[in-house]
Amino acid sequence: MITETLSTPRFESRHFMFRQLLKWGALAALVGMALYLILALYAQREFVFAMLFLVLTAAAVVVFIHKRLYAHRYIFPAIAGMGLFVIFPLLYTIGIGFTNYSASNLLSFEQVQDNLLGRTYQSEAVRYGYQLYRTDAGYVVYLEGEHQNLTSAPLELEQGETSAPVLPVSGQPQGEPLGIRDIIQLRDQLSRLTLITEDGRELSQASLRSFAAIHPQFSQHDNGSLTDNQTGTTYFPDHETGFYRSADGDTLAPGWTVNIGWDNYLKVVSDPTIRGPFFQIFVWTLAFAVATVVFTLALGLVLANLLQWEQIRGKGFYRTMLILPYAVPAFISILVFKGLFNQNFGEINLVLEGLFGLRPDWFSDPALARTMILIVNTWLGYPYMMLLCMGLLQAIPRDLYEASAMDGAGPISNLFNITLPLIIKPLMPLLIASFAFNFNNFVLIALLTGGAPDIIGASTPAGTTDLLVSYTYRIAFQDSGQNFGLAAAIATAIFLVVGALSLVNLKLSKIKV
Amino acid sequence: MAMVQPRSTKYRVLASHLGLLAFIAIVLFPLLMVISISFRSGNFASGSLLPENPSLEHWYLALGLPYTGEDGVTTQPPFPVLLWLWNSIKVAVVSSVLILALSTTSAYAFARMRFAGKGAVLKSMLIFQMFPPVLSLVALYALFDQIGNHVSWLGLNTHGAVIVASLGGMALHIWTIKGYFDSIDRSLEEAAIVDGATTWQAFRYILLPLSVPILVVVFILAFIMTIMEYPMASVLLVDTDKLTLAVGAQQYLYEQNYLWGDFAAAAVLSGLPITLIFLYCQKWIVGGLTAGGVKG
Repeated sequence: MITETLSTPRFESRHFMFRQLLKWGALAALVGMALYLILALYAQREFVFAMLFLVLTAAAVVVFIHKRLYAHRYIFPAIAGMGLFVIFPLLYTIGIGFTNYSASNLLSFEQVQDNLLGRTYQSEAVRYGYQLYRTDAGYVVYLEGEHQNLTSAPLELEQGETSAPVLPVSGQPQGEPLGIRDIIQLRDQLSRLTLITEDGRELSQASLRSFAAIHPQFSQHDNGSLTDNQTGTTYFPDHETGFYRSADGDTLAPGWTVNIGWDNYLKVVSDPTIRGPFFQIFVWTLAFAVATVVFTLALGLVLANLLQWEQIRGKGFYRTMLILPYAVPAFISILVFKGLFNQNFGEINLVLEGLFGLRPDWFSDPALARTMILIVNTWLGYPYMMLLCMGLLQAIPRDLYEASAMDGAGPISNLFNITLPLIIKPLMPLLIASFAFNFNNFVLIALLTGGAPDIIGASTPAGTTDLLVSYTYRIAFQDSGQNFGLAAAIATAIFLVVGALSLVNLKLSKIKV
Repeated sequence: MAMVQPRSTKYRVLASHLGLLAFIAIVLFPLLMVISISFRSGNFASGSLLPENPSLEHWYLALGLPYTGEDGVTTQPPFPVLLWLWNSIKVAVVSSVLILALSTTSAYAFARMRFAGKGAVLKSMLIFQMFPPVLSLVALYALFDQIGNHVSWLGLNTHGAVIVASLGGMALHIWTIKGYFDSIDRSLEEAAIVDGATTWQAFRYILLPLSVPILVVVFILAFIMTIMEYPMASVLLVDTDKLTLAVGAQQYLYEQNYLWGDFAAAAVLSGLPITLIFLYCQKWIVGGLTAGGVKG
């Protein structure tokens, strides 16, 4: 700062030039890198991603060159971050909701075609048993066929040699063939090995003990249909469902991703094995979020009131102790509860058994599992409410309570007639935010129950304790049948609910910009 | 002190104290239990709150040391807890620094400059922030998969991806810092600008030093938020060596492999520093929660 103001004009101008050079150089380097990324994405036919980065780069260049957009330079990185990691994924998710993108329809049409045309099968007609001999020059493969025996030149298998011609011979090579143990050790190299006969057939390893001729599985016709060379069935590409289908209705896996319009949404509404669980989970999600807000608020408010009372001593100690559940990382305390509630050796059941002779089955009974989730979440959430209430209670004038005490009111009527009406207004937006947070409380469910126990008769992974978010996550990422399209459709529905909530929140909190 | 005191006050105070103590006992039960479990021998053994056969085996394993029991059997640590803790801290520190830098500069522009679309941008940022990132995980996964093909340190299974992804959650912090900047008189910077300072200099040398308290709060909040982040890290990170603590800790409690005692030691070891930081900073955090951002 000081050096800059005291510096000579000459130094300052050189300094200025240097800074200009640095600025434009950095900008040019960044743009160059971005253009490389865009071109690479475009070359891979990832048009959506190429477009995304093109828009971001163009915006960056405009913002940093245009003098009138000076203020936007400051906010650009933040806006770009939001755009890249919040808004774009949102739009992309909505887009996926209209496709059949799933574990069975993961690839593009071209990739599926390449995959199928690259497939081979081994004809059983030409099959050779083989022996492997180790010689000084390398390994020799000796094939024993029905009509002729073949042998290869010495191969450097361990150096990665993968193809070799084979010639007919009459007798076995010299030496002892390798045992099965050595062959197993060389199985990677052997599985990559292709042996080419004089008449051009390609032989590859068919089993641990044999080599066989390989043929392409499919041959393509001009109209795009594929014929299976083994069975003779012809498959036609069906761009409605994203699969190759034969006249009999048989389909070939894998399929490719196609646009299927509103099908995913209709499925949620019409398919009873999806609709039933979906609405059950929706109702539970609402109930869970409302109950959590009510319980945490009630507990937090009572505790805040007690800590606010002049007669109580040792407030600092109580406050620190009561805040502890908020201070312990949630992912740890949730897992602690998972262990404590364990049916067989959890400490909670040990205590209950000792006191009342009970051994509740917390994780397999739906009602108990839900009770457990509410207990744990109240434990996790009340300190936040307590802190908020403590802040708000401070703003209530003391003399209101004086007046009510004169009229002979007790603490309970004070709570409902003075405290609650006065704090509920500033508390409302925070309660809605808390509702929205718990509506989407993924971590709690994922770590505590994982959604278990499962809903019987559901065709998608759905549990009685699943919230809509964890349900969506399981449809998208659980190993059995990852259905990204359906998950995205449900996610879109949740977006709408949460979006409405946050609009209400914005209105209620009357934020001025 | 209230002037009107009912006669029963004494009993009420006593009842409140007893109630509070009983409640604290219930609240602390899980935390004390997990400490006790970490000193018990065996992974399935149950016992009283005070361990009958205290043993340090779980602590050896949590610290990454092999443990040899009395029967001479040596157990190897099941998971690299310290590495996970280090991963978590690395990711959280780097992303908090980035979040702080970017959200401070943006908040400055929002607080002090006039430009088109300011209000709309601010409001829409707040609305978009309420969408849980869990729901767009498929898209984020695909995005990082694609970027990773060209920029290796930003691909799947890298810490770079987790750090960069956490930058999406900046709107809240921008609001918090903007709220604080709004409360600082702008005539201070105007005076500096009249004296020949550039806008950047006014920001750097006048406003920033005045805002250190809120910057500390935002840094702590961002740090805690990223260290506790679970869903994104669980999808983006795969290798055991790359996991953060939030994702890794879960591995202890698989139904088929229930390492209850080992988990307890690892949980105390890794949770304690975060808890202490939080308790130490609670005053500022409470202030930060209510000071900036969403005001009633």
